[in-house]
Amino acid sequence: MTTQAKAVALISGGLDSMLAAKLMLDQGIHVEGINFYTGFCVEGHTHAIRRKDRDKPKRNNALWVAEKLGIKLHIIDVIEEYKDIVINPRHGYGANLNPCLDCKGFMVGKAREWMEENHFDFIVTGEVIGQRPMSQRRSTMPVVARESGAHDRLLRPLCAQLLPPTYPEEQGWVDRNKLLDLSGRNRKPQMALARQYGLDDYAQPAGGCCFLTNEHYSAKLRDLWRSRGEKRYELDDIMLLKIGRHLRPRPHFKVIIGREEGENRYLEGYRRQYTHLKPLSHSGPLALIDGVPDEDDLLLAARLVARYSQGRDAEQVRVEITNQSGQSRALEVKPFPDRDIPQAWYV
Amino acid sequence: MERFVLDARRLLCPLPVIRTQNRIRTLEAGDILEVVCTDPGASHDIPAWCRIHGHEIVETVVEEEIRIVIRVGG
Repeated sequence: MTTQAKAVALISGGLDSMLAAKLMLDQGIHVEGINFYTGFCVEGHTHAIRRKDRDKPKRNNALWVAEKLGIKLHIIDVIEEYKDIVINPRHGYGANLNPCLDCKGFMVGKAREWMEENHFDFIVTGEVIGQRPMSQRRSTMPVVARESGAHDRLLRPLCAQLLPPTYPEEQGWVDRNKLLDLSGRNRKPQMALARQYGLDDYAQPAGGCCFLTNEHYSAKLRDLWRSRGEKRYELDDIMLLKIGRHLRPRPHFKVIIGREEGENRYLEGYRRQYTHLKPLSHSGPLALIDGVPDEDDLLLAARLVARYSQGRDAEQVRVEITNQSGQSRALEVKPFPDRDIPQAWYV
Repeated sequence: MERFVLDARRLLCPLPVIRTQNRIRTLEAGDILEVVCTDPGASHDIPAWCRIHGHEIVETVVEEEIRIVIRVGG
């Protein structure tokens, strides 16, 4: 009796990686999934925070895929290690702050480490030649295989017939004839295959699964780095970039204003870490101050918060300011008129 | 059999799942882990993770906070 070969499959929660893993299961390979959490993943966060999105399904797509396929899924926290990928990408950024090629090499490299630690035989990804402009091109396929250290232990079942044979094929664990030759951005073959397998309701994220591909998010991250004079971030920073309205009236501080109840509640969790403001005389948002504001800055921030309160048309709004030590005081301020808020303040 | 509590409050998914996964790795079959969290997504994701790894959900209480009680599988 031969031992069943074991593959670790990178599962993003999207269709391609799901199909790649399914093709391996069909060939009798033991497959377990691996999924990486970078802090920039679009999964769930905003759904969980914003009240208007509360009715949307809150499932984690990678877990959904694993359950659908009947495989285990290991979710790995790579928040700290991933910082170097975002801050110093060897291959540069894509259209926004997305370091897609470095990211792919990093994730396959982490999967290789996992494979070695857990005595698995090879790695599977849902990559398709020509699918992504930066990371999934014919010329970048060998780059990912080399830089991850996976080399010929990396199998891309969806386009394997267009690539040189890999170790699992040479060993006879995987039948190359049953692998695919997909290329390009057309997703119809994948959708047809999904239908054939009876897989529906899979995730189709319009903007991809990473906030770094988002123009507005990237602008906020650039602004954060500019204001700090260096490319550096903590998890709380990048989480807060997903929440609220960000206004930077002065280079040394910005105001993060909750846009609705769910965001206000989420921002409340940061009250001990940031000076925060809340209207007292009218209902209105919670706002955090990121930076070191002086007295004039606090007054300005209070006027901005008043603008986004129910008292926006009132003569005066009473706003409470609480510092990180928990000391509170109230200011009576005139709400900032909309027309006087420079567009450039909106990050 | 021992009972443990994991505080995953204020963490957004998938962090509560990751913390649960990492904690369960250190426990014995039959141990009970009570996860306390605040992200509504966790009430879907933690049971889904438990189902695919063979752990049993003993109880899920969704109030202001979410409490998920898990019996670690073999």
